[in-house]
Amino acid sequence: MTPPRAGSRSGRTPATTPRLDVDALLADRHTRIIVCCGAGGVGKTTTAAALGLRAAEQGRHVVVLTIDPARRLAQSMGLTELDNQPRPVTGIDLGAGGSLDAMMLDMKRTFDDVVLAHSTPEKAAQILANPFYEAVSSSFAGTQEYMAMEKLGQLRAEADAEGTWDLIVVDTPPSRSALDFLDAPTRLGSFLDGRFIRLLTAPAKAGGRAYLRVFNAGINLVSSTMSKVLGGDMLRDVQTFVMALDTMFGGFRERADQTYALLKQDSTAFLVVAAPERDALREASFFVDRLEVDGMPLSGLVINRIQQVAAPGLSAARARAAAEQRADEGDVLTAGLLTVHASVAETAERQRHLVGRFFAGHPKTPVVEVPALAEDVHDIDGLRLVGAALAGPVS
Amino acid sequence: MASAPALPWARARLHVVTGKGGTGKTTVAAALALALAAGGKRVLLVEVEGRQGISQTFDVAPLATIEVRIAHASGGGEVLGLSVDAKAALLEYLQIFYKLGRAGGVLERFGAIDFATTIAPGVRDVLLIGKVYEANRRRRDGRRSNPVEGEMVYDAIVLDAPPTGRVVRFLSVNEEVAGLAKMGPIHSQAASITEMLRNGQSIVHVVTLLEDMPVQETVDAIAALETAGLPVGAVVINQVREPVLPARELKAAAKGSIDRDAVRLGLEGARLKVTDTLVDGLALEARDHAQRVALEAEQLTVVEALGLPTFRLPSLSDGVDAAAVRELADLLTEQGMVP
Repeated sequence: MTPPRAGSRSGRTPATTPRLDVDALLADRHTRIIVCCGAGGVGKTTTAAALGLRAAEQGRHVVVLTIDPARRLAQSMGLTELDNQPRPVTGIDLGAGGSLDAMMLDMKRTFDDVVLAHSTPEKAAQILANPFYEAVSSSFAGTQEYMAMEKLGQLRAEADAEGTWDLIVVDTPPSRSALDFLDAPTRLGSFLDGRFIRLLTAPAKAGGRAYLRVFNAGINLVSSTMSKVLGGDMLRDVQTFVMALDTMFGGFRERADQTYALLKQDSTAFLVVAAPERDALREASFFVDRLEVDGMPLSGLVINRIQQVAAPGLSAARARAAAEQRADEGDVLTAGLLTVHASVAETAERQRHLVGRFFAGHPKTPVVEVPALAEDVHDIDGLRLVGAALAGPVS
Repeated sequence: MASAPALPWARARLHVVTGKGGTGKTTVAAALALALAAGGKRVLLVEVEGRQGISQTFDVAPLATIEVRIAHASGGGEVLGLSVDAKAALLEYLQIFYKLGRAGGVLERFGAIDFATTIAPGVRDVLLIGKVYEANRRRRDGRRSNPVEGEMVYDAIVLDAPPTGRVVRFLSVNEEVAGLAKMGPIHSQAASITEMLRNGQSIVHVVTLLEDMPVQETVDAIAALETAGLPVGAVVINQVREPVLPARELKAAAKGSIDRDAVRLGLEGARLKVTDTLVDGLALEARDHAQRVALEAEQLTVVEALGLPTFRLPSLSDGVDAAAVRELADLLTEQGMVP
């Protein structure tokens, strides 16, 4: 694990909580991959894009891999077509000698490429035409995660071979749970190596041996039940599909393991992204623990959309009382301003409480808090602002 | 705001609630379930992604694959909760329709259950919604049939569905399994589910915030739902911040030109210690507030242009707990979302 980087202490977080120094992370040439993960709707993609832009404007050669960006955000980076290739982002400051490319993952296309690259043309055609492949490649629950990993592996190989990029920033898929992302490659791998798949492909090979007789009775029961439930056609399609993929199994497993190993290296930095809300922080907490258990290099937590209080000297309760008093006097202006302040301060207090609980559970995790912006981000300037906020106030 | 007496979903038994991640769709689904249960009704609230969002919202023990009561509604009604799990649903399904004693266990041991519920994507969704379908047809006398008023175990079902990005695929089970299962029980189950989703018994509500991205996703999702032939009901606008400044003051605040002297006097009148920092801070917060109000107004016109009934729920600065959900349920009832 990357040791927490020392940095200036934010006045907002408890003195014991180390501050995540984003600029030091980006400037460190040793950092080759940054993975942004977290629950859906917390600003993961925006964070990834903002980090990529900031690194590029500080002189690094960056590619940002996004999974499912909101339309405006995609447009802000010039990502108007889904061609599964990194494209240069225009409108950025190249003064420091850096560069920025961005791409959107097309999971079906990535899967197709894998099939084409790892099988004979005839076999590839057979796989691509299988109705089961169609379903698996476009909607299997783990496919997106797996293909994101596959693409990350490809980008890294390209970066190493051609020196195109020295930093890859990757956004993770909007999974049901943030943890799916880490499990999916293994799940797909173990599925393909799984017992049932071997059953489907095995009957031809397994005949003869005595101890297999019981096993075969089981196979028949399983096959006949599956036929009943799924329909015979489907089972046949699956069988053909699996047979066709057979030669690629080893490859799948191997690359899933390689990518996993790549993520474990200390040149990778995991950033867990959260919003100051109960569910998002709970998810972040699980993720931080999980990364630790798996020995993944966690750099820290980014908490987006922290409510800023511009008049911190006045408590919510006092503001409410004063607002009521002004309203009684018919002073709508002051009453209004005090009411605005009261709800701002209440929101901030609630967030502080929620974030405080996270700190208590993870006192050693470096954290950076990003203030809530008044507007959504939909251009390079907006991303630049987010990047500056991620780097924190100049100390 | 919807005030017409006859809602398009007045006869709906299944309410599907979706929304972009972070918009509070689970909270809205929970509030809707409570509102529907008021006055002695029995409502089932279902989640399908195993996130335990419902149990956390109501602060009860984690939900399992059996239905348990999670809340009493006003006037004697009750809400039951269920977290549907594809594996359990498949085993139950096999049990009900094939009376598989031993085979269920064998299938499980051979990894066939895992296989059917994970690799074949449409099949998984058929199983998940299939459980809702089954609950919808369950009668008090223990049999199953098309819903008959007064005879059914549940008066209504609320489904906390996957987020907007995935909901159309989730509900379009027929298309999803068409290429895979051309016949057999999965195929016919998918057809029955599609019938239930389209024949007026079901309605899809979308939850949004008045922010750029959630509104954009709402617009996209509604178009996609309509293309898929799925009936769309209401847009529930969550976390609405009502403007607390009158129009004229709001305008001044947006321009940063509020009458500071008047504010100073006002604060003194409230016996607060008046400093420049305080006045500047309040002005800054008021400006942010005005900007957000303007942004929300802009997004509201986009939502209203959809021409669907809209319902508004306030932003709760204390966060969401079981009591807050009741409050939201009452607001939905008052606004007429529930017949």
